[in-house]
Amino acid sequence: MPEPVRTHEEGRLRPNLSEPPGCYNSTPMSTTPTAQQRQGVDPSKPGPSLPTPGAMDTNATDLGQLETLQILDDNGRVDPARDPGLDSEELLGLHRAMVLSRAFDARMLTMQRQGEMGTFAPNLGQEACMVGQVWELTRQDWFSPSYRSFGAQILRGWPMEQLFMLWAGYHCGFPPPEGVNDLPFSIVIGSHVLPAVGIAMAIRRRKERDVVVVNFGDGAMSQGAISEAFNFAAVDQAPAILVCENNGWAISTPSKYQFATDSLAVRGPGFGLPTIRVDGNDILAMIVAMREAITRGREGGGATFIEAMTYRMSLHTTADDPTVYREDAESEPWKKRDPINRFELYLKQKGLLSTEAAAEVRASCDAEVLEARERFRNMAQADPEGIFENLYVNMPPELERQREEYWKRLKRRGIGGQD
Amino acid sequence: MAQKTMVEALNLALDEAMAADDDVMIMGQDVGINGGVFRVTKGLFQRYGRDRVMDTPLAECGIIGTAVGMAIHGMKPVAEIQFSGFTMQAFDQIEQNMARLHNRTMGRFPMRVVLRTPFGGGIRAVEHHSESRETYWAHTPGLKVVIPSGPRNARALLAAAIDDPDPVIFYEPKAVYRAFREDVPEERETMPIGKAEVVRPGKDLTLISYGAMMRTCREAVEDLVDEFNIDVELIDLLTISPMDSETICESVGKTGRCLIVHEGHRTCGIASEIIARINESAFEYLEAPIRRLTGYDIPFPYFQTEQHFLPDADDIMTAARETMAWE
Repeated sequence: MPEPVRTHEEGRLRPNLSEPPGCYNSTPMSTTPTAQQRQGVDPSKPGPSLPTPGAMDTNATDLGQLETLQILDDNGRVDPARDPGLDSEELLGLHRAMVLSRAFDARMLTMQRQGEMGTFAPNLGQEACMVGQVWELTRQDWFSPSYRSFGAQILRGWPMEQLFMLWAGYHCGFPPPEGVNDLPFSIVIGSHVLPAVGIAMAIRRRKERDVVVVNFGDGAMSQGAISEAFNFAAVDQAPAILVCENNGWAISTPSKYQFATDSLAVRGPGFGLPTIRVDGNDILAMIVAMREAITRGREGGGATFIEAMTYRMSLHTTADDPTVYREDAESEPWKKRDPINRFELYLKQKGLLSTEAAAEVRASCDAEVLEARERFRNMAQADPEGIFENLYVNMPPELERQREEYWKRLKRRGIGGQD
Repeated sequence: MAQKTMVEALNLALDEAMAADDDVMIMGQDVGINGGVFRVTKGLFQRYGRDRVMDTPLAECGIIGTAVGMAIHGMKPVAEIQFSGFTMQAFDQIEQNMARLHNRTMGRFPMRVVLRTPFGGGIRAVEHHSESRETYWAHTPGLKVVIPSGPRNARALLAAAIDDPDPVIFYEPKAVYRAFREDVPEERETMPIGKAEVVRPGKDLTLISYGAMMRTCREAVEDLVDEFNIDVELIDLLTISPMDSETICESVGKTGRCLIVHEGHRTCGIASEIIARINESAFEYLEAPIRRLTGYDIPFPYFQTEQHFLPDADDIMTAARETMAWE
């Protein structure tokens, strides 16, 4: 039996960290069992193997086989010991939310190629990650998305026409709708994570029971601000749920050049964060992982780190051409793990969804997106006169002067009616 | 009235704000039981507890980033960055979020964050402890930049900064921290942000400065008035951004001559902006080119030579007399 190591804080003992990692929950602050422990899985035994995308041939230090929480296998068979037991209404709701996300994404791509939409980041293949992250949240909970989060934003209550507005370059698309406790995403990678943790710190100080979910990618994990966010969340025991959607690629940089470990989950325990690695293309596993993290946050147990393993099936953004840097063969195995197909196989086996019904869901989602596009087209109008508004609560005199000058420019250009 | 140093006056403003509003909180490195390395937050940890006077991990970006989040949820964090030279670590969050979130969300989220930090030279400190980079923040749309010069206006302006609905960078001239005492009223006092103060009216020359250089300017003004009979109008800028162009231009309209003094580097320094505004609004009143006496465009020197980098009263007098002599 190895000797426990004594930390600097007097009297506190923690497990010998030189023990081989298995269950990544070695935090001195919380003894909440992981999902794996609760469900009686021996974490020291290899779980279902899910390769780190883009890092399959890494020679990096072997940190041991991490168990990845998976409930649905690639053939849609459910692990009965871990089934979250959702009723049929919820199961079909999850299915529709993922299909709607994909329909929205596909429409965005068409609109971008036709010149109606600006550059955006397609979401294809990450629907289970996105939907699973926010499915169990209440309206009072907070969500701070990255820019690849359509499925989650739609579920949170962002009208699709607003998301169209946002990506078509209209400022009014950015503010979260009233009653939606979300942040707008920020473009600079990882810069939204510290504010999200700050919200969680305020929640704890105000003794509220809400949680904050914030998502980011594997590339963001290289940003110093992310490490700071993990540390602040852990030290403050803030109810933040830090979700890394590890899709294997940061534009053209694969995981093996992004980080030198097999997984990102290994970092969680280093910060004292309970950590779950989950199959991000498995909607049921996402729900189970999030449930655990949400419960911990609500009950004062602090933050959780979740690494969701997924794959960017499409482009980084519409300005990107992945054929330059990645082989088609790499994405082949991930096609079998498609989050929607897998879930449909499961729903069919369960007798909840027929091929015809699945087609109907797709058609109805496409129609819903097209209706939103109509609303977008009717509302899409820029406000050139308003660009000085909302910087300061009260506009300083110098800005008023500059606005006057600018309005004169607009007038010369035949725009607006300001005097 | 009680005689207080600037450190004590700032402490009073923080204490008053925290007593009046539970949403006001302090965060920073060593601000808790230690009371901050300059003791500005002394005693507040004992009075308000760990959650409201938070000793943060040692990460400036983390401090400002989480302060932004707290402000989104309606709190009013007053974040201390131990030295303004370390604010560069937080540039990311200041620029990406603190300065922009109100605009990005079209006013949906409040952004009541005050970033307090000591700046300026003259205390024989190591590298990165003596910078005056207020230009960075004045150049960033969405921020307000406030710089007091003495105990009384420090207390009043910090109270106003905490009340202000916009994010404020509050630069404290650390050379003034304990340099002198001043009467500070017992009752709470605020000063308007965005207003400069005419400290001494005069008709011959407008002398504009802020922060610790105000003390040096006052010293020079005494001699300029007494020995050289130059009636100087001394202006304390107090708010760097938004800048009070009216007070500046009105004064130059009266005197026709102007000298600007600051520690910060010359190129794109605050003086550059003041000169541009006078040029735009009061050019016809000028009787001499506007002079600027500033830090040089080199890194702040190691402290054995810092006194030569900083303008002193003699430099100010020489520049003022040269400006007066110009025909």
